[in-house]
Amino acid sequence: MSTTPSSTPETASAPAPETGTARVKRGMAEQLKGGVIMDVVTPEQAKIAEDAGAVAVMALERVPADIRKDGGVARMSDPDMIEGIIDAVSIPVMAKSRIGHFVEAQVLQALGVDYIDESEVLTPADEVNHSDKWAFTTPFVCGATNLGEALRRIAEGAAMIRSKGEAGTGNVVEAVRHLRQIKNEIARLRGYDNNELYAAAKELRAPYELVREVAELGKLPVVLFSAGGVATPADAALMRQLGAEGVFVGSGIFKSGDPVKRAAAIVKATTFYDDPKVVADASRGLGEAMVGINCDTLTEAERFAGRGW
Amino acid sequence: MTTPAIGVLALQGDVREHLAALEAAGAEARTVRRPEELAGVDGLVIPGGESTTISKLATAFGLMEPLRERVRSGMPAYGSCAGMIMLADKILDPRSGQETVGGIDMIVRRNAFGRQNESFEASVDVAGVGGGPVEGVFIRAPWVESTGADVEVLAVFEAHPVAVRQGSLLATAFHPELTGDHRVHRLFTGMVRSAAR
Repeated sequence: MSTTPSSTPETASAPAPETGTARVKRGMAEQLKGGVIMDVVTPEQAKIAEDAGAVAVMALERVPADIRKDGGVARMSDPDMIEGIIDAVSIPVMAKSRIGHFVEAQVLQALGVDYIDESEVLTPADEVNHSDKWAFTTPFVCGATNLGEALRRIAEGAAMIRSKGEAGTGNVVEAVRHLRQIKNEIARLRGYDNNELYAAAKELRAPYELVREVAELGKLPVVLFSAGGVATPADAALMRQLGAEGVFVGSGIFKSGDPVKRAAAIVKATTFYDDPKVVADASRGLGEAMVGINCDTLTEAERFAGRGW
Repeated sequence: MTTPAIGVLALQGDVREHLAALEAAGAEARTVRRPEELAGVDGLVIPGGESTTISKLATAFGLMEPLRERVRSGMPAYGSCAGMIMLADKILDPRSGQETVGGIDMIVRRNAFGRQNESFEASVDVAGVGGGPVEGVFIRAPWVESTGADVEVLAVFEAHPVAVRQGSLLATAFHPELTGDHRVHRLFTGMVRSAAR
């Protein structure tokens, strides 16, 4: 963690215990690596996810596939529903706030969720600004479609990034596009000399310090997961092989024929992502996958990934 | 043996950080996900992560019994956070089906310091680790509720044991692998070296 903006609470070896430090927030995401985070809408689903080996659950009122179907404004979930899920499981619980809706984020922090997803899946509350995530003790995960977007979110205090994909489609094509984009841009930075990094920062519309850190590390300074369209064990393994450190699965599990089996299968394929035999075994007898949507039939307005900037 | 081969159980969690810390501490570090990979290492680190996930995957992939066997037969092991839970003989309130490798005669309480909002950093003095206190990063961390007679408590925070050792087994509730301070990993690498002698 060599680079953190000056507004970060910096602690090396403070005598008194200190909460909400960048290391504690980012370190939390490090513990989730190699794992699957599952969208759940009831305490029962949360228990199924935990029993299947999920590393965390995302508590929400409707999975993205239903948000798409129902239309209207999608908001933060009901506090009773989030608390019901917190009480049902011992793994970390995440919940979504609308982009820029820092009061929803304050509410989620007060409810004691372990991670806040400032998410494009909900209807944005601010079309210019994202929430100032340094102001919170609870860490944030944010979506990104490219490196510049990821670094702008990290500059705002995000402690974890997920490639956006296109949530609620069951189609992995956008997840692949966004993860490849981020990885390719990181690889390109690696080849730049110091003179070129200033112009690169300008092009990426991201702080120079973060751009330099990525060029040195060859990776983001926070954990990078993939999201938006994973529906099968092979999809999860694909995202891992492409460089995601873990996966979010939204509608793909509980919109399928046999969620119990599919959840455990996706967890196994995520751990043994580079072993086709394990992925093959995990792919057997799962019943119907979610139906899915072809992303090229979506209009601009129907695309969640374009939300956030 | 000058360079011991130390595995990191790589089912889930902060594997990369442990691999880097072990290499910096003078070990040859490698990932372990299969029984045959476990057979080839002189010592093992069980990383931080979600203890329920690691436990379920270890059982699903036939690693739990081989792990228990190697620990029983004296292989040195070190667990941080979730790894501490995996090395405990008993969990105070396990989730259904949550098993441990065991080996350290202790009862641990999961998420004892609270949820993520209560996660914290603090300096911790660790017996056997010279050069001043260690930066303790506690993330939804467990603590040790009680220990048997053969367990040595190496560190205490707010009256709760947070680092323990029993023979060639070491466990911390905090995450030295996240700090760039490799003294705890050097201590463990030394334990692996002397066990091989």
